[in-house]
Amino acid sequence: MGATGLSVILIIAVIIIMLVLIIIGGKDEISWKFLTTFPQEGMTKGGIFPAIYGTALMVIIMSVAAVPFGVITALYLTEYAKESSWIAKGVQFAVRTLSMVPSIIFGLFGLGFFIKFVGGGMDKLFSGGQLIWAQPNILWASLTMALLTLPVVIVSVEESIHAVPRDLREASLALGATKWQTIKKVVLPGARSGILTGTILAISRGAGEVAPILFTGAAYYLATLPHSLSDQFMSLGYHIYIMSTQSVNVDQTLPIQFATTLVLLLLTFTLNFVAVLIRSRLRRSH
Amino acid sequence: MKETKIKSKNLTLYYGAKMALNTISMDIPEKQVTALIGPSGCGKSTYLRTLNRMNDLIPGVKITGEVLVDEFNIYDKNVDSVNLRKKIGMVFQKSNPFAKSIFENVAYGPRINGMRDHKKLKEIVEVSLQRAAIWDEVKDRLHDSALGLSGGQQQRLCIARTLAVDPEIILMDEPASALDPLSTSKIEELIFQLKVNYTIIIVTHNMQQAARVSDNTAFFYLGELVEFGKTKKIFTGPDKKQTEDYITGRFG
Repeated sequence: MGATGLSVILIIAVIIIMLVLIIIGGKDEISWKFLTTFPQEGMTKGGIFPAIYGTALMVIIMSVAAVPFGVITALYLTEYAKESSWIAKGVQFAVRTLSMVPSIIFGLFGLGFFIKFVGGGMDKLFSGGQLIWAQPNILWASLTMALLTLPVVIVSVEESIHAVPRDLREASLALGATKWQTIKKVVLPGARSGILTGTILAISRGAGEVAPILFTGAAYYLATLPHSLSDQFMSLGYHIYIMSTQSVNVDQTLPIQFATTLVLLLLTFTLNFVAVLIRSRLRRSH
Repeated sequence: MKETKIKSKNLTLYYGAKMALNTISMDIPEKQVTALIGPSGCGKSTYLRTLNRMNDLIPGVKITGEVLVDEFNIYDKNVDSVNLRKKIGMVFQKSNPFAKSIFENVAYGPRINGMRDHKKLKEIVEVSLQRAAIWDEVKDRLHDSALGLSGGQQQRLCIARTLAVDPEIILMDEPASALDPLSTSKIEELIFQLKVNYTIIIVTHNMQQAARVSDNTAFFYLGELVEFGKTKKIFTGPDKKQTEDYITGRFG
């Protein structure tokens, strides 16, 4: 057995140890009640429902922003831009750079751009200087997260558009279809699973990230669920972070930390697994 | 000789710096089958694709000269290539049905032209499938996926799809090269029936096929039109030695 085998075993072992520790630590805490109730007694008791709800809501708003924008960008890059044009090169460079920026920078950008600039501007214009939008909320957090996950969507959609055979585009054009009709009726339906994969991967990434929402909308604790875009929200990742660092009694929250981690892991694992399934089906069908 | 449907005048095409067609001039008669033959890379497929401006889609292509369809230059800058392709259909080497039902494949062309009336659509689909000699095989499963058909059936479906747009000219780029002999003979029979109503230009590698289905044959070599004439003459007593050598299998 060579170095490859050894490193494979090492990596698998690390994953298994991590999973086992988390499962052992959290399994007693997980229950229907845990998933559906609010935290109690300084988070040492009760459930994590608002964090699950907040995470779900955030990734939905994020997807609504990131997916259409990502699909349009991918379409532009694959169908309209000439490969040698400086705009296409610029966009491609930007997408690559975006995917390398550390997530905390997105958080800072969200604070500066969405909250101070956009939110501040909105307050000045619409509410006479009253503080409504120029503070952290679920909308700004979701949009910040959308920026972070945009490259995931773009790359995945681009890949699937490239996989749509040239034959089919030519067939459509030869029947007198315009370029846009061909995109709408042949290219996009053919790229459906890639769009879906990109969305799921983005959701899975967005659900787990903490840094981008740190300054832009995540709350330590809220007694009510967010019911407007200008409300703050609780999130699973952030919840783990505060329980393990900011809690009144960190040791007492330990089982809840493990259980929350388990929920988050199950969520992202499941999403990633589904994405892998769809992607492998896509590969086979071409 | 029937009337000329397509007339190319000094048609020259460059891929970047490489000349792929060198001053091609020929008159293609109406409602006959014209075969384009020649060794790989001789320009016959490229020539075919200039006739419905399919080469426009490839970056770096430069075309000079004229192609007149019904005495109208299709490379005139006022010509809309999208509308042109409704008049000039194309069948490809590899059958390429959409991942849709048989019905939707044939209805694709009429639909993009704005046809909404479902009764009329059904009519067009049925007539097109009948003309493409595949109706009897698929009439009970119009709403099944087209990808479930055999290769030969798929190719006839693609022909039906082309007919549904009601073209005047049909370009065929080696339509039977990927098919078994039985499917090939079905396609050839079909071509024979179709030429009553349509002007057909077919690119083929298969000499026997060209001899069997076509009325006229054009022999291309290294981007030039070497000889063009009645198929009978080209195959029995060509004027040029190169043509004879190719047809008798001395090179190619």
